[in-house]
Amino acid sequence: MIEPRHAAPLLALALAPLMTGIINRTKAFFAGRQGPPLLQAYFDLWKLLRKGAVYSRATTWVFRAGPMVGVATGAAALLIVPLGGEPALLAFPGDILLLAGLLALARFFIIAAALDTGSAFEGMGASREAQFSALAEPALLLSLAALARLTGGLSLSDLFRDITPAAWVENGPALALAAAALVIVFLAENARIPVDDPNTHLELTMIHEVMVLDHGGPDFAYVLYGAALKLWVLGALVIGVLVPWRGPNPWANLAAVVAGLFVLSVAVGVVESCMARLRLLRVPQLLTVAGVFAALAIILLRR
Amino acid sequence: MILLTLAGVVVLVAGAGLALLLDRRPKWASFAGAGMAMLGCAAVFAASFRMLIGGDAEAIRWPWSMPLGAFSVALDPLSAFFLLPIAALTGLAALYGAEYLQSWTGRKSLGMAWFWYNLLAAAMILAVIARNGLLFLAAWEMMALASFFLVAFEDEQERVREAAWTYFIATHLGTAFVVALFALLAAQTGTLDFDAFGPISAPTSGLLFILAVIGFGAKAGFVPLHVWLPEAHPAAPSHVSAVMSGVMIKTGIYALLRMMTLLGEPQPWWGWTLIAIGLASGVLGALFALAQHDLKRLLAYCSVENIGIIALGLGLGVLGYTARSPLLAILGFGGALLHVLNHAIFKGLLFLAAGAVAHGAGTREMDRLGGLLKRMPWTGAAFAVGAAAICGLPPLNGFVSEYLVFFGGFLGGVSISGHFATAGFLAVAALALIGGLALAAFTKAFGIIFLGEARTEAAGRAHEPGMAMRFPICLLAGACLLIGFFAPVTVLLLARPIAAILPMGEHAVDGYLLAMAAQLRWFVLLAAVLAALLAALALLRSGLLAGRSVTERGTWDCGYARPTARMQYTASSFAQPLVDLFRAVLRTRRSLDAPQGTLPTKSASLSTATGDTFTHKLFRPAFGGVTRLMERMRGVQHGRVQLYVLYVALTLVALLVWRLGVARP
Repeated sequence: MIEPRHAAPLLALALAPLMTGIINRTKAFFAGRQGPPLLQAYFDLWKLLRKGAVYSRATTWVFRAGPMVGVATGAAALLIVPLGGEPALLAFPGDILLLAGLLALARFFIIAAALDTGSAFEGMGASREAQFSALAEPALLLSLAALARLTGGLSLSDLFRDITPAAWVENGPALALAAAALVIVFLAENARIPVDDPNTHLELTMIHEVMVLDHGGPDFAYVLYGAALKLWVLGALVIGVLVPWRGPNPWANLAAVVAGLFVLSVAVGVVESCMARLRLLRVPQLLTVAGVFAALAIILLRR
Repeated sequence: MILLTLAGVVVLVAGAGLALLLDRRPKWASFAGAGMAMLGCAAVFAASFRMLIGGDAEAIRWPWSMPLGAFSVALDPLSAFFLLPIAALTGLAALYGAEYLQSWTGRKSLGMAWFWYNLLAAAMILAVIARNGLLFLAAWEMMALASFFLVAFEDEQERVREAAWTYFIATHLGTAFVVALFALLAAQTGTLDFDAFGPISAPTSGLLFILAVIGFGAKAGFVPLHVWLPEAHPAAPSHVSAVMSGVMIKTGIYALLRMMTLLGEPQPWWGWTLIAIGLASGVLGALFALAQHDLKRLLAYCSVENIGIIALGLGLGVLGYTARSPLLAILGFGGALLHVLNHAIFKGLLFLAAGAVAHGAGTREMDRLGGLLKRMPWTGAAFAVGAAAICGLPPLNGFVSEYLVFFGGFLGGVSISGHFATAGFLAVAALALIGGLALAAFTKAFGIIFLGEARTEAAGRAHEPGMAMRFPICLLAGACLLIGFFAPVTVLLLARPIAAILPMGEHAVDGYLLAMAAQLRWFVLLAAVLAALLAALALLRSGLLAGRSVTERGTWDCGYARPTARMQYTASSFAQPLVDLFRAVLRTRRSLDAPQGTLPTKSASLSTATGDTFTHKLFRPAFGGVTRLMERMRGVQHGRVQLYVLYVALTLVALLVWRLGVARP
């Protein structure tokens, strides 16, 4: 019989690009524009997959491997990230570390692929990505460690199963701090405002966008799809903390989480409409704040 | 098996002698030196591997004329676990060295180089199997001397001589503490045989632990005793750097562990000391690695970082032991041990590859390289594997050992209370930060050296080394993948060494490790899924692109008309944001010659250099103070014989007075 935990990864593979669509529609609404269709991300993927490719003469296999690793790690991460209180397809103690490892693997290759073009702009983006992710990593792991301390779970599935309304009542401040840290990591890792502006077209200020300037055709489709999967995976962590209600019907729980992810997308759109990108020099401070929030959550739980 | 190990040592010593005898014929000397080194290492490798998969511990005691004990050696699982990487890497590096040293034929004495190399190998092996303090100290000193002469191989260069002296002084300061350690032990127990060191009571054992941490930590490269590493490792020939950085510094870890097994019941503060050292070494090592421009200096600092990870593991292990949490103890010690093996593999690989780069492109300055992957596809691909492994990325071996330590931190934080939990969370935070910084350092090293366009003409003419150099590099890259994919089997190899450290039965340890292996099987499953996904995506991509237009152009440069390779991001610019963020510790020196005027005519320049803060702020002032103090003493040294006779006479009179007046019973 098909259970929600079997369906969740497929659902993610199908719906992940929709989050981008929702974000863009929200931003268009705030700007008073009609905006692109909700399914624009799918149209873009389809268009790109049908194109040929132009490669830079400087590039090697690393450049071609980068986008593939991005999609593969994102898809593999979907197998261990639980949705709606149900265990993920693969759940085992220590999968928290594997999730961090998979994200790092993707990062290694996307940075290497950017440097492979020999472009100063892409080098610039790669350098910033390396800096910000080095600071985001402790925040991510510490906030997950705080949740682990709270629930006593050593796998993502155990951990998110035990984040319930009762847990919120008992340890509200700690959970709120951990969630805040996760939100900051979510925004930073997915190149959203206030860390990075996905809409900017000034190479000097971009991070993620500028790293993929030279990708085109199916490779760029992979890049976009990999980014969508990452948005979904990290969003699932945030929603796992923020949407703790569990009903008796697991399918309803899954639907609630998916709805939560779409609300999160709206929230991202609202944030992007209301505030500007931080100065690059301020971003490390924001990420440090995320780490401090996570550490505070741990201290609160240590009572 | 111990006899086979000793036979390996004899072969190595014989190889050393033979190489020296054949010094007049460099080719023969190389052949004999490298050949005997490989043969001896193969014997030791076989013996230690046999031991690890289930041989009985064996010991030999031969009476000798030295005081305080006998010539006592033994091969137990703990020794065997350290011998395994020592033998493997030293053997492979010898093969590499045979080709690497060829270009010095006629200019340098190759016989001498192989003499010291073989002696270094023999000394490392002897230090690990010695069970007597004097024998251990002799091997320890031999190891220091042999590696000193190897570091000083290119002694016509001022920098190399200076590096060699720095190393010489650092290692002997460490040895001074080791001597004090053994002297104290001998005073306590009346012997220097390891077996006879009974459990030692608390205050003394603490003092001995501190001595061991300083003495052996100087060899291992614990911050702030690491200052010799970034000087000595780049100065040595690359196969020697690989051996020194990959395995020789691990003898410090081995000796520390061995001492801890002899000192009896550990205290919680031992664990905290190790965790503090691990934190400092890990984070600072990674930061300084990031700031370097010289590939081998970067790798040397990265060794400090990895020693930090090992120390974190050891610290968690000790805390787990004192908290009576067997799983935490096994994860800590097991992770540390496995990281010793893994680091030997990938650091050996990276140093050998760095040698191939220097050999093929003529420089190790990252900012003068670039685009080497096209001209050195094998070395480049192997370097990529090593870089990913050292960052602890799945599915490679580095991930497995870091995972054990990391998981130990999580476990300590989640399921144990009190200060143990704090230690666990600290370890988690530190490992995460170290991981992020290492990723930055190694994407920089791989990206700037092997990707993009050649920044100089010499880099554009780079070439692959020959088979003897390429084979060890590729073999080590294969080992990174193999250990990663066979992680569940690899962790089971840890059972016997861990049982030698912890007072638990082998079966109990095995039970816990089987549980870990089951956990790691999931990880292998996911790695297989990842590989399958990658294959499917690659197939899809090539299927989509088949028959479509696939063209090659220049890199998009925003319409700029004449891009050059010098416009690429450099190693320094790549690292600048992080280096700037941590400038308070790194203290990078900039010298800027800014362009003047609206239309600058004079050429401008900017250069940055990150020296070692500890060298500049701690050791230099300290040694300066000692020197000034000693200079004051110069007053008594006139060089006049009459004065010295006066000193002797005065001393005698003083002694006479003391004997007659003060010390009368």
